[in-house]
Amino acid sequence: MTRIPRARTRVLAAAVLAPALLLAGCAAGAPSATQGESTAASPASADPTPGGTLRFALGASPSGVDPQQVGSNVSIYVARQLADSLTDQDPETGEIVPWLAESWEVGDDLTQFTFHLRDDVTFSDGSPLTATTVKANLDALTGELGASAPLATSYLSGYVETRVDDEDTVTVVFDAPNAQFLQATSTVSLAILSDDTATADPAARLQGEVVGSGPFVLESYTQDQGAVITRRDGYAWASAAAGHEGEAYLERIEFTVVPESGVRAGGLASDQFDAVGDVLPQDVPQVEGAGGSVLTRTNPGVVFVLQPNVTVAPLDDPAVRRAVTVAIDRQELVDTVLSDAFKPATSVLASTTPGYVDLSDELATDADEAARLLDGAGWAQGADGIRTKDGQPLSFDVIYAPLFTGSQAVLELAQQQLRAVGVDLRIVQQTPAEQQAAVATGAYDTYYYNVTRADADILRTQFSTKFRNINKRPADDVIDPLLDEQLTIADPAARADVVAQIQEKVLEETLAIPLFELAQSIGVAGAVHGVTFDASSRLLFHDAWVEQTS
Amino acid sequence: MTSYVLRRVAGAAAVLLAAFTVSFVVLYLLPSDPVSIMLDGSAGGTYVDPAQAEALRARYGFDQGPVQQYLTLLGRTLTGDLGTSVASGADVTTLVAQALPQTAALAGLALVLAVVLGAGLATFATWTRSARVRGFLLALPPLGVAVPTFWVGLVLLQVFSFRVPLFPAVGNQGVASLVLPAVTLAVPLSATVAQVLAQGMREAWRAPYVETALAKGASRTRVQLRHVTRNAVLPTLTLLGVLVGNLLAGAVVVETVFSRQGFGRLAQAAVTTQDIPVVLGLVVVAALVFVVVNLLVDLAYPLLDPRIVTAHGGTR
Repeated sequence: MTRIPRARTRVLAAAVLAPALLLAGCAAGAPSATQGESTAASPASADPTPGGTLRFALGASPSGVDPQQVGSNVSIYVARQLADSLTDQDPETGEIVPWLAESWEVGDDLTQFTFHLRDDVTFSDGSPLTATTVKANLDALTGELGASAPLATSYLSGYVETRVDDEDTVTVVFDAPNAQFLQATSTVSLAILSDDTATADPAARLQGEVVGSGPFVLESYTQDQGAVITRRDGYAWASAAAGHEGEAYLERIEFTVVPESGVRAGGLASDQFDAVGDVLPQDVPQVEGAGGSVLTRTNPGVVFVLQPNVTVAPLDDPAVRRAVTVAIDRQELVDTVLSDAFKPATSVLASTTPGYVDLSDELATDADEAARLLDGAGWAQGADGIRTKDGQPLSFDVIYAPLFTGSQAVLELAQQQLRAVGVDLRIVQQTPAEQQAAVATGAYDTYYYNVTRADADILRTQFSTKFRNINKRPADDVIDPLLDEQLTIADPAARADVVAQIQEKVLEETLAIPLFELAQSIGVAGAVHGVTFDASSRLLFHDAWVEQTS
Repeated sequence: MTSYVLRRVAGAAAVLLAAFTVSFVVLYLLPSDPVSIMLDGSAGGTYVDPAQAEALRARYGFDQGPVQQYLTLLGRTLTGDLGTSVASGADVTTLVAQALPQTAALAGLALVLAVVLGAGLATFATWTRSARVRGFLLALPPLGVAVPTFWVGLVLLQVFSFRVPLFPAVGNQGVASLVLPAVTLAVPLSATVAQVLAQGMREAWRAPYVETALAKGASRTRVQLRHVTRNAVLPTLTLLGVLVGNLLAGAVVVETVFSRQGFGRLAQAAVTTQDIPVVLGLVVVAALVFVVVNLLVDLAYPLLDPRIVTAHGGTR
């Protein structure tokens, strides 16, 4: 069986076709909407017209349609529309706002969370949302379903029980403080599904046996092909963060999986799609040339980093790690190989993560400082431009999986930047499977990745010595305790203080070398409005509408 | 004749078993396993409790030894049960049953186009007396083989879907959606057919029986159609058996470029996620198709050329 090197195929195709695409962009008939109107974020452009179909081209195949089990962006684009969560997170402020729960109380020790549910919510099969439904969902996630829903399970770690206080009130009990849980209830992973769905077979749920209370209902799902969702009549419980109350405007959304980015952009320009996911930098002119626009939002969570294995030379020396950090020019990475949608990293957390602090001073490029640090650490300039010490070259590898299209170009540019200060970066592409194996055994110098999560607790899973311990460092008495402590603080401001300290410490010890912030990049035609991002930078279609050409 | 058929069928069965076994061994030897990959995908790179991963492995039977797993899978496959996909939980038989007709339609149309184009080109190139026209025509097949399939696909899309909206760019809806993918898939195939057929025809043109026919007053066209083509077609027929394999491989690229449902897309996704049940199911079905086509080709030889059966009868 042949496996296509997809990333390379796309780059090649782009290189060969770029002029043709530009021409096509100019030639295609532009819809009537002007650039200004097409900024879908501004609601004042016109009055929403209900009805119509939105044709959306997904950049990759969803792994299923069960909100609780899926994790990839494209899967969530579909699954998120089918189900609601107990709370929602305001994408602007990061604040947790009411959704299925109209209010809640958090116990002082952060082990008990009481939710008061709306009493008017029904699932698309007609069954009502009650306290027992919530209990059934959380019990299933910590029981039978657990292994198939790793994200949800990690949010529920330490789960003791869900107590049904009365028909509309539940209390979720943990055995230890769990400050991240309230944000977790806003995620798609903890969306609430009907009683029947909660106890259904996990595989059947992935394939489409999903009944939620969301603004859309699943009509059909075909693996590797796409999905069709239709408007839920009578939907009246939109989240407090939504743009409007009541039913969705769109009657129907047809998702089609279109793996080639050039085909997505061409399809948008030739009116075969109304919106497309994963617009690559080279496709932006075609989308805009056809009267469309590109919506972007930075993914919250851990930015793309090189996370060092601190047990292996030469990166066991903090001075070398620091030198690498300041030798990299993040602005150049973004300007040269990415697009306007992306931002240079200014901390280990992305700027859209609640609790993020701007540490750009720590990450400023300073080749002289890098040289000084390396000289001080005993690495002398070698004959071939690579520094050496005791006959050993200053060389380390990075393992990466090409999940994000721009990764290879970013790493190659970083390689050049490091070479300029006498450091040799060896780029090793791996499959996700090989990466899994490498992280388990520590067979790498640095590990390149990012993780999306709109809560700073993501730092704990990536930097604590208690989990995968990507740094392979020994347990310490500074960072590990701080990582645990943030989970016990109820007051957001006080918790943010600790989170800020963690970000500073991670850079101080150089447990990660941040590169850039991942962003979602969605192309929409001129007639499409109101497509929005949630706090995790995944798409919402509740407020979306298409201008009707009559 | 009966023993010839029996031997062929036994050989086909051996090929199937070998394909199944080799695929299993390769998949088993790869680092990591489908459960880790699935968890990594759905956990978005965050930490997964090892105990849960273990529970999931047990659910799919990956905790058993390789021999035990092999025998279980083989036994199930023999009874026609291809199992369920690890990545999606879908029934593999259903997945294959949905994909196969789509790819069969695509491959079938591509094959017809390839044979018509390839045979037409070879016939005309060997029939014409103009050296310049012949040189030009015979230069086309190497070009057709050399250009990458995805590039042909993207150019066709650009011209016939994005600029002139004649055909849809994606999907499996209707005959219109089949045209561009089939043409894309047919380009390298027709080039191969043309190359082999033209070679055979040029040799046939130099054969004594052609001289005899011409001397007896037959026209060039008659000689071309009656004598040259019939004699040159045998190697091409052999080639067609092999081309079926190329078609399935080409479907991976073409179905991705045109976002079509089918065998190739399914295979690509399954290999990426190391989805052992799906890959094995696809391998078995693909091998079955390949073996059956080649069996038919082998059985067709004696019908076209009686000398072949005599030869078999004589030596065995």
